[in-house]
Amino acid sequence: MAEYAYSAPLSIDDAVGILEDHANSGRRAQVLAGGTDLIVQMRGTDREPRTIVDIKRLEETNRIDADGDDIYIGAAIASAVLDEHEELKRLLPGLLESAYLIGSTQIQGRATLGGNLCNSSPAADTIPAMIANRGACVIAGPGGRREVPVEDFCTGVGTNVLEAGEFLLGLRFPRPAPGTADAYLRFIPRTEMDIAVAGAGVSVTLDGNGVCTAARVGIGAVAPTPLIVPEAAESLVGTRVDDDALVAAGEACTAASSPISDKRGTVSYRLKVVGVLCRRAGAIARDRVLARGG
Amino acid sequence: MAEAIDLKYIGTRPVRPDGVDKVTGRAQFGADQNLPNMLHGKVLRSPHAHARIRRVDVSGALAMDGVYAAVCGEDFPSEVGGSMLGEGGGDLGDVARNIMARDKVLYHGHAIAAVAASSLEIAERALHAIEVEYEVLPPVLDVLEAMEEDAPLLDENCFTKNLPEKPDKPSNIASVMTLARGNVDEGFEQADLVVEGEYRIPMAHQGYIEPHACTATVNEEGKATVWCCTQGHFDFRAATAKILDCPIGDLKFIASEIGGGFGGKTVLYLEPVAVMLSRQSGRPVKMVMTREEVFRATGPTSGTVCRVKVGAKRDGRITAAKAWMAYEAGAFAGAPMGPGCMSIFAPYDLENFLVVGHDVLVNKPKVAAYRAPGAPQAMHAMEVALDDIARQLGMDPLDLRMKNAADEGTQAPYGPKFPAIGFKACLEAAKEHPNYKAPVPEGAGRGVAAGFWFNVGMQSSAEVRLNEDGTVIVMEGNPDIGGSRASMCLMAAETLGVPYERINAFVGDTESTGFCNVTGGSRTTFATGLAVVRACEDIIGQCKSRVAATWGVDEDQVDWQDGQAVPAPGVNAEVTPMSLADIAASMPKTGGPMLGRASLNAQGAGASFSINFADLRVDRETGKVDVLSFTAVQDAGRAIHPDYVEGQMQGGASQGLGWALNEEYIYDADGVMENAGFLDYRMPVASDLPMIDTHIVEVPNPSHPYGVRGVGETPIVAPLAVAANAVRDATGVRINDLPLSPPRIVAALEGN
Ligand SMILES: Cc1cc2nc3c(=O)[nH]c(=O)nc-3n(C[C@H](O)[C@H](O)[C@H](O)COP(=O)(O)OP(=O)(O)OC[C@H]3O[C@@H](n4cnc5c(N)ncnc54)[C@H](O)[C@@H]3O)c2cc1C
Repeated sequence: MAEYAYSAPLSIDDAVGILEDHANSGRRAQVLAGGTDLIVQMRGTDREPRTIVDIKRLEETNRIDADGDDIYIGAAIASAVLDEHEELKRLLPGLLESAYLIGSTQIQGRATLGGNLCNSSPAADTIPAMIANRGACVIAGPGGRREVPVEDFCTGVGTNVLEAGEFLLGLRFPRPAPGTADAYLRFIPRTEMDIAVAGAGVSVTLDGNGVCTAARVGIGAVAPTPLIVPEAAESLVGTRVDDDALVAAGEACTAASSPISDKRGTVSYRLKVVGVLCRRAGAIARDRVLARGG
Repeated sequence: MAEAIDLKYIGTRPVRPDGVDKVTGRAQFGADQNLPNMLHGKVLRSPHAHARIRRVDVSGALAMDGVYAAVCGEDFPSEVGGSMLGEGGGDLGDVARNIMARDKVLYHGHAIAAVAASSLEIAERALHAIEVEYEVLPPVLDVLEAMEEDAPLLDENCFTKNLPEKPDKPSNIASVMTLARGNVDEGFEQADLVVEGEYRIPMAHQGYIEPHACTATVNEEGKATVWCCTQGHFDFRAATAKILDCPIGDLKFIASEIGGGFGGKTVLYLEPVAVMLSRQSGRPVKMVMTREEVFRATGPTSGTVCRVKVGAKRDGRITAAKAWMAYEAGAFAGAPMGPGCMSIFAPYDLENFLVVGHDVLVNKPKVAAYRAPGAPQAMHAMEVALDDIARQLGMDPLDLRMKNAADEGTQAPYGPKFPAIGFKACLEAAKEHPNYKAPVPEGAGRGVAAGFWFNVGMQSSAEVRLNEDGTVIVMEGNPDIGGSRASMCLMAAETLGVPYERINAFVGDTESTGFCNVTGGSRTTFATGLAVVRACEDIIGQCKSRVAATWGVDEDQVDWQDGQAVPAPGVNAEVTPMSLADIAASMPKTGGPMLGRASLNAQGAGASFSINFADLRVDRETGKVDVLSFTAVQDAGRAIHPDYVEGQMQGGASQGLGWALNEEYIYDADGVMENAGFLDYRMPVASDLPMIDTHIVEVPNPSHPYGVRGVGETPIVAPLAVAANAVRDATGVRINDLPLSPPRIVAALEGN
């Protein structure tokens, strides 16, 4: 009978080596970050033995870099750590809010952006916010490193572009241009401890006159994967992100969605709500820029 | 009368005796009992909502290493008679078939076999080695469809009871009930306005945090000891004896601390199975349900369809009320439609009414009691209809209810005349409440509704033991779900006249204390409390007789005051008063140990009425409802320990709001519940609710020495209609069905 094993490699090469070995010999290995998805799954629906590869001892996964042209957040950084990072809070308030929505205080002591992404749930809260912030996935693997835009990372419900031997090192975001702010909103019927029925992350850049020069919109829980919605962004660019523009952006999100009806919401409900969330998140992002005085 | 008593301890809020062990994790709950050589039991459950069982073969499981026992329906006695006392237990033959299916499986998750193995993992694997052949049958899930002539039948031998003539064809309608007074047709003719509606509420679960769990061990003589989390170990013992056809004396039941029950732990699921597995293996067997099993195979309460029609004069006086109700019983007869019929109009003094209720079988789990079983669904319909009337008349909803309120002497719709009741006092208190006088916040809506529950008495025993130092042990047999040990100590302290801290209350097992029915029907503080008071009086009587002997006076020359024996007024004896401690110290010389006892069948449980109101805000675009404030006003008769009365009111309000806003059993077409977990069975979390404000009204129950009425069930009744009426007020749209989930609200606002 197969057995559980645990390893916590100290170098990226070792981690890749272990993952590759397992892949080559047909044994199952799985990366462990905070474990708030993985351990729940191991105790519930998926009890099959496997090797757990803990990536929390690597320098590259534990690093936050918020000072350069690029922002880097390691794949082992817990939400609670992000939440206490003043510079990141200032630069990416919406992204941090999306991480702050995950679970409870206890869960946030462990949960990571990387785990949220690699679990690849259509309803993952941080993914639309990462898309809105032009995030890129930094991936290590047998062939070295590669980067994939966040919006291209998930390929289906619970699946992603990671190949055998690969794992996520961290996430890279271009430093937001002046006049940029983001926001993320999700809808759940409760106040917390629930899964998004729909979610929308919006980033807008306004010029000195309050006119939108760039925008990005990501949405979640309304398709098999989180989506980038360029049409929504386009309806904001060139406007003052006024009500009309926001309504148009919301409609673009509705149009881009292909949700299902399930115990968490109906198709028509999700189509409506994703538009509402995009509109409201867009207004918050806009107001954030304006409150800063551009 | 109770009011005249000057109370010293009752009404104070001391720390509960079980509190420290609970917050430090020392308290033992159902799953905490472990014994040497213990096995782990697991239940195989039906993957079909409705099927005939062709064959069950457990031999594959038994052949596995580490598997020590395996049982299925045919291992259990086939004929089981009798019924389970309490609310919602029902026919024991049905209970027996519910805990282990024979012939047919009637819902997805119905137990079909069980194994015991040396580890949980082996037990789980062994379930896969059990072979079952099913003939799958079409399920019927909707209560109205189940009532149709050509609906698939759950039980070919079910002929509707209580019809004027015995029907010639079987049906899913297990029974009907009719309650009537006056002439409704004439009543509606007198009405200036008539409102009518059909209201649907889906099944909801009690949602207790602790899953069902038990450990059983059977010795070589066949005597079994069972540790379990239960609302009533005596009733569990009796049911197990019947189901396994063994003498009650062979069974000892020990109740653990209980992590919530709300009625759902008045019925058993695992205990007889664990005993069977232990008998077969000769080893102790522990069984613990997963949360998924709890959802699929225990509880819930009935989904319902209620049609209500109410007529009123322009001044608000109700001229007639009519209700037609159908309750889902789940797989076996026994939906709480009786209490539903009896409660729907209970707060009101009506000349003309007609209620017809139906108990309907559907392929869903057998329903169990849930706080005021049957009343929330029925009264939701009536209280919503009254709201519509108040709105049409432009009348304050409290005034409308006051105009029709039942009072002392009113004949209850279910028969008896009410003794002193507190409904009008609740209405007055609500009207005067600062929260009611405060304006409704901008954009929000306010909802008002009444609640009611009968409460029951039933059988209780208590012993009061005097320790050598004058401290006191109260021993009774009702599992403490809501702080009842603290209340027992307070009543004992008051009666004996000794400080609360000198009294300790315990819940004894079935061999160490006298018989008590379940902790249910809001009866414990009333009935078992009455037994405790009587047992204290017994001790006081004994004290007086010993003191009389010591002093050389007659017994009636000794009085009991402030915890000590004193000479009665006018008695000329040169004696010093003797405290309980003095008397205890002298016990060896005065006749030996002292034990006070009482066993009784308590009569006169006073009904408890309530008025609840709340302000809710609705996000018109997402349909999300925020509860801004909620105020519960309820008659407690007398609040022995006000914290725990308020706790009941707040807990009931939270559960009622959860049911009103988001909770529901969601089924797919095959009868598989889709949301069998707390993630998608959306009970409110703490941050979903504001502080629930409480206001206790005290109209003492004349049948209890301190005026106690049960308070545990009434609190869940009103919140359903409160939420519905507040959403109506906030949005201008009446939504008849629950839950008021965001998709339903959005659809309603969009006019669908
Ligand atoms: C109570 C509770 C509430 C929750 N609430 C929310 C919520 O509101 N919103 C939400 O979106 N999620 C929620 N979650 C889910 C979960 O907490 C998040 O998805 C979290 O971000 C996962 O991060 P983690 O570090 O714990 O991931 P892990 O559990 O460690 O991993 C998740 C998955 O990703 C893989 N993985 C992790 N890191 C890497 C890596 N570096 N490279 C490759 N693969 C990797 C793992 O193998 C696993 O398959 C909740 C979970 C719980 C238990």
